[in-house]
Amino acid sequence: MAVRTYIEAIREGMRDEMRRDPRVIVLGEDVGVKGGVFKATEGLHAEFGEMRVIDTPLAESAIVGVAIGAAINGLRPIAEIQFQDFILPAVDQIISEAAKIRYRSNNGFSVPMVVRAPFGGGVHGALYHSQSLEAMFCHIPGLKVVVPSTPQDAKGLLRAAIRDPDPVLFFEHKRCYRLIRGEVPDGEYTVPLGRAEVRREGRDIAVFTYGLMTHFCLEAAESLSRDGFACEVVDLRSLRPLDRATIVASARKCGKVLCVQEANLAVSVMSEVAAIVAEDCFEYLDAPVRRLGGPEVPGVPFSPPLEEAYMLNTTKIEAALRDLAAY
Amino acid sequence: MAVMRPETSPGSDLDAELLLTMYRHMVRARVLDERMWVLNRQGRAPFVISCQGHEAAQVGMAMALKPGYDWIAPYYRDLALTLVLGMTPRDHLLALLARAADPNSGGRQMPAHYGYRPLNIITGGSPVATQVLHAAGAALASRVRGEDAVAYTSLGEGSTSEGDFHEGLNFAAVHQLPLICVVENNGFAISVPWSKQGHTKDVADRALGYGMPGVIVDGLDPVASYHVMTEAVARARRGEGPTLIEAKVARLTPHSSDDDDRPYKTREAVAEEKAKDCVLRFRRILEERGVLSPGDAEEIRAQCMREVDRAQEEAENSPLPSPDSLHLHVYGDQ
Repeated sequence: MAVRTYIEAIREGMRDEMRRDPRVIVLGEDVGVKGGVFKATEGLHAEFGEMRVIDTPLAESAIVGVAIGAAINGLRPIAEIQFQDFILPAVDQIISEAAKIRYRSNNGFSVPMVVRAPFGGGVHGALYHSQSLEAMFCHIPGLKVVVPSTPQDAKGLLRAAIRDPDPVLFFEHKRCYRLIRGEVPDGEYTVPLGRAEVRREGRDIAVFTYGLMTHFCLEAAESLSRDGFACEVVDLRSLRPLDRATIVASARKCGKVLCVQEANLAVSVMSEVAAIVAEDCFEYLDAPVRRLGGPEVPGVPFSPPLEEAYMLNTTKIEAALRDLAAY
Repeated sequence: MAVMRPETSPGSDLDAELLLTMYRHMVRARVLDERMWVLNRQGRAPFVISCQGHEAAQVGMAMALKPGYDWIAPYYRDLALTLVLGMTPRDHLLALLARAADPNSGGRQMPAHYGYRPLNIITGGSPVATQVLHAAGAALASRVRGEDAVAYTSLGEGSTSEGDFHEGLNFAAVHQLPLICVVENNGFAISVPWSKQGHTKDVADRALGYGMPGVIVDGLDPVASYHVMTEAVARARRGEGPTLIEAKVARLTPHSSDDDDRPYKTREAVAEEKAKDCVLRFRRILEERGVLSPGDAEEIRAQCMREVDRAQEEAENSPLPSPDSLHLHVYGDQ
């Protein structure tokens, strides 16, 4: 086991798959010589050359649309969108095309493509470098949506996404890139899509979360444990498909549920998780399902007091847990 | 670099067999297209969108491609193109009647949303111009593997207003991809004329902005269309990059079976286009050159009618999709 940062694990995941499979290419803005604005693709251009690591024009619909065409013609493209905030011009290609190509061709064509994009706030990125837009893609059948929270998962899930036969949106929390370190197994491994991971076992409150918030929830759970409350923290990892069985098992075991996400709550991932709990766990609940998320404002503001007010943190999560524990 | 307007010299330098093949393809597409309208007007097919007036351009262009090797990202008027490449009237009537055996989509998509894996005809949706990027990506993949396959894409002149048209051509030019983009300019995007889409005289003028050759061809002339496409394909195979071709065609029907063109197209303009019908014009040219006799022309039409009759019967007798199949093929690992 070696210790890696989250972004190193992502870089190694791409590198190892490119070494293993000549069909894997990377395309996006600044991914070549510069190695990406976050350095996720650093070294790939030098190792694999400009035929496989492609600096594209500054045009997101083209990055995804070209990746779709290349996937149809036998490649395994990894398309990098520089910030998730800038994915919107490519949404027609993602939703009208990639998501529907297998279905609309009656299994004649498929799009084995990964779209990587950094998301999330807490890095002074303001409205257009901080959003968490994953929910809009989770609504769409034909897509898979993945958000890793640890280096081990980042690498293993990315390798699984590259090998997946369908389009996978791989959203990386940009604050995790250098903040989160962890052990990464040696050798080749994948982490299967569609399965949540219980990061901490408990019996009192089930906490469902993903991305950076996983770490905040674990800290809050640790704090509550000192007062005798055992929180079970479930990292969803895969937002579409959701791991319904794990969600239901943890909710039934604990009887109290807190859903935590950075994104605002209306029509969100945690709306779906809460609905699953309501449908499948009603008789097991000791308290109403609680949700904690971002405020209903259009984006994360720049000025530090505003950004801090927007973002969740360990203190806010801990308060919600204590409130629920007292119910 | 200037926009090229090659001289039109119909039929001058191709052998008789090739000319007759072109003519047969054009008639076959026309007969099938007309049959689809009949089925629509009889209430047996809910929707038809037509290639009538585009046959010459599509047949000429398709005959310059390698079916099953080159990559094709067509649009909804490309009935004749897909027939030349190897799809059949039966395939298209199965789609028209939404049958399970429709090879495009198994009856999931509206008619004229072409897609056929064995011939590298990439499935298309309804948003326009998205396929230009898919063709660029297919061209990129061929080049990564060191193959000399080209990618062909086509769209209407109205669709060139979309961002994906610009993004696709720019990408293909920057990376010098083997892409041929054909704009079938019939003058109207449903009801809106070219003058309200672009402020250049011709669509092909836009090629200059991308640093690629732009070619304008008389799309009512299959031979001229074949020649410009042959040239563009040869350049692409040699690694000399993309070409934008504008084929000036006619739309001999309203936009679709749901459209009425009377509010936006004068009856005189319609009559003028019909007088230049590319199928009739090519027949006259071949008859004048002694390649085709009136009897041959009637026999070709009769053969096509018989093929379409058979195809219609087979399609009508073919089962509809089972409701149980609704959930199939959302994901590959289901």
